[in-house]
Amino acid sequence: MKYITDFTVVGREAWGETYFSLTLQHPQTLPPVAAGQFAEVEVQDCREVTLRRPISIHDVDTVRNTLSLLVQIVGKGTRKLATLREGDKLNLVYPLGRGFALRGERPLLVGGGAGVAPLLHLAKCYCARGIRPTILLGGRSADLIPARERFAPYGTLLYTTDDGSLGERGLVTQHSHFDDGYDHICTCGPTPMMRAVARHALQQGISCELSLENMMACGIGACLCCVVKSDDGHRCVCKEGPVFDATGLSQWINQ
Amino acid sequence: MQPQLATQIHNLHLKNPVMTASGTFGYGEEFADFIDLGRLGGIVVKGTTGERRQGNDYPRMAETPAGMLNAVGLQNVGVATFCDEVYPRIKDTDTHIIVNVSGSSIEEYCAVAGRINELERIPAIELNISCPNVKKGGMGFGTKPDMAAQVVQAVRKVYGKTLIVKLTPNVTDIVEIARAVEQAGADSVSLINTVLGMAVDVERRRPMLSTVTGGLSGPCVKPLAVRMVWQVAHAVSIPVIGLGGIATAADALEFLMAGARAVEVGTANFIDPTATVKIIDGLEDYCVRHHIDDINDIIGII
Repeated sequence: MKYITDFTVVGREAWGETYFSLTLQHPQTLPPVAAGQFAEVEVQDCREVTLRRPISIHDVDTVRNTLSLLVQIVGKGTRKLATLREGDKLNLVYPLGRGFALRGERPLLVGGGAGVAPLLHLAKCYCARGIRPTILLGGRSADLIPARERFAPYGTLLYTTDDGSLGERGLVTQHSHFDDGYDHICTCGPTPMMRAVARHALQQGISCELSLENMMACGIGACLCCVVKSDDGHRCVCKEGPVFDATGLSQWINQ
Repeated sequence: MQPQLATQIHNLHLKNPVMTASGTFGYGEEFADFIDLGRLGGIVVKGTTGERRQGNDYPRMAETPAGMLNAVGLQNVGVATFCDEVYPRIKDTDTHIIVNVSGSSIEEYCAVAGRINELERIPAIELNISCPNVKKGGMGFGTKPDMAAQVVQAVRKVYGKTLIVKLTPNVTDIVEIARAVEQAGADSVSLINTVLGMAVDVERRRPMLSTVTGGLSGPCVKPLAVRMVWQVAHAVSIPVIGLGGIATAADALEFLMAGARAVEVGTANFIDPTATVKIIDGLEDYCVRHHIDDINDIIGII
C-alpha cells in the first residue's frame, strides 16, 4: 500500500555543503518500508520546481514512527529541501518501488556518494535477520562519504577514497577485501561504480542487485519517463525498480 | 441539496466531468492506493498501438517552469496484450474506461479500434492523432484537415461506440481540424494534446531529451488550452473535452465555462495522485457556494 501524507521534520544533520539528512516523524504507525524503497518528496514554494523529487529512504524507526532521508544537493529542488528546519512539514508519497530482496548469508553492500543512503536501512534489515553485512563505502575523499558513522553498528565497515583520506586509496572494486567470498552484492551509487561492481559480480557468478536512479515524474509507474533499457526492453525504474537484479541488466551494465 | 455534477459526452453518461488524461494515469491501477477510482467521471488509459512499442530512449522527461516536457513515444504493451492481460484486470473498475488509440498508419488505427470495439466494457475510444513524440503518424494525421478526416472516416467504419478524437495544438488553426473531424464522423473532440517544445542543458550543451523535442504539459499550457477549447466549442456542435494544465477545481471550471462538457486531468496526477478527487470535491463546493444546482448550467457560458 502506498500513501500520500504529511510528515514533520524532527531532525536535521548536514555533512559539508553537499549532503544533509532529514528525520521525519508521522503521528501514526508507519507502513512496512522495504530497504531500497523511496519517497516522492514535495518541494513547496519553489517556483522553478514543478515535480516531486524521488529520494531513497535512508532509515526507518518503527518505535518513533520516523523516516530519514539522506539528500545530496544537486539542483533547485534539493537546494530548497535543504532549507527545511525542525517543525516544518513535508509531504511524501511513499513507500514506492521494489526494494532489495535481502538475499545471501554473506552479503556485501557497496555504496558511493549519495548512494550510501538506502544501504543503512538495508544493513539494519540484514542485522534483524541475524546477518551482519560487510559495508564498503567509497567516495572521492572522506568528507564525500556522508553519514558513514551511522553504519558502524550494523556491519563490518570498509572504505575507499580516491585521495586516500579514508580507508584504502582507489576505487571500491580495488579494495583488498572486495573479493572475500561474499555470496550476494547490493550496490547503489554513481553509474560507473555500479557497473564495475555488477560486472565483477556477474563474472564471479555472485548474485547482485543494483539500485538505479533516473529522473522521474510520477514515481508510481504511470508516466513511463524514468525507464532503463533492460535486456528485455524498457522498464520503469520507479515501479519495476529502483532495485534490479544484475542478470536482467547485462546490456546496461556492459555499456 | 447536492449539486448535480453529471454530464454527457455523446452516449457516455459521466457521473462528473473529471476524467484522466491518457499517458498520465497508467491503467488506473497505479492510483488505486490513493483514490477511489469509482469517483472519477472516466479514465483514459495509456495510448495503445497495434504492436508492443518500446518508446524513445531515456532521457524522456525534462522539468520546465510550471510544466514538463515528455518524449515517451507511445511505449505500450500493444493491443493484443492490452485485450488479453490488461483489460480483464481493469474492466470492472466502477467508471468508464476509455482507450486512447494510436498508430502510424490508417490501417493500424483501424486494426486497434476494431479490436477495442469488441471489448464490452470499453464504451469509447480516444483517437490520438496528435502525439508529437513518434516519427511516423501520430501528429502527422492531426495537423492537416484532410488527413485528420481520412483517418476518422476510416475508424468510424470499424468502430461503432463513442469516438472521441484528440487534437493537437501544434497547428495554425485548430478549429479547421475540429470541423474536419466532426464532418468525418467524430462524436466528440478532446483538446489539447501536448505543445511541441524543447529544452537545453546549457552545462552539458546538449538537448534535455533524447529526441531533442518533446511535448510540453502542465499549468504553463493552460491559457493556450482554454483559448483553443473556447474557439472549438463555438465552432462545432459535438461535445468538447478540455485538457491542458488542469490542477485545481478552478482550472477545471475555466475549461467548463469556456465550453468543455468534460475535462481530463494529466500532469497534475504526477504531482498529487489525489488531484482528481480534490477537483471533483472542489467542483461540488463551487456549485454549493454559487447556488448552482446543475453543473451543466455553467458549461459554455462564455
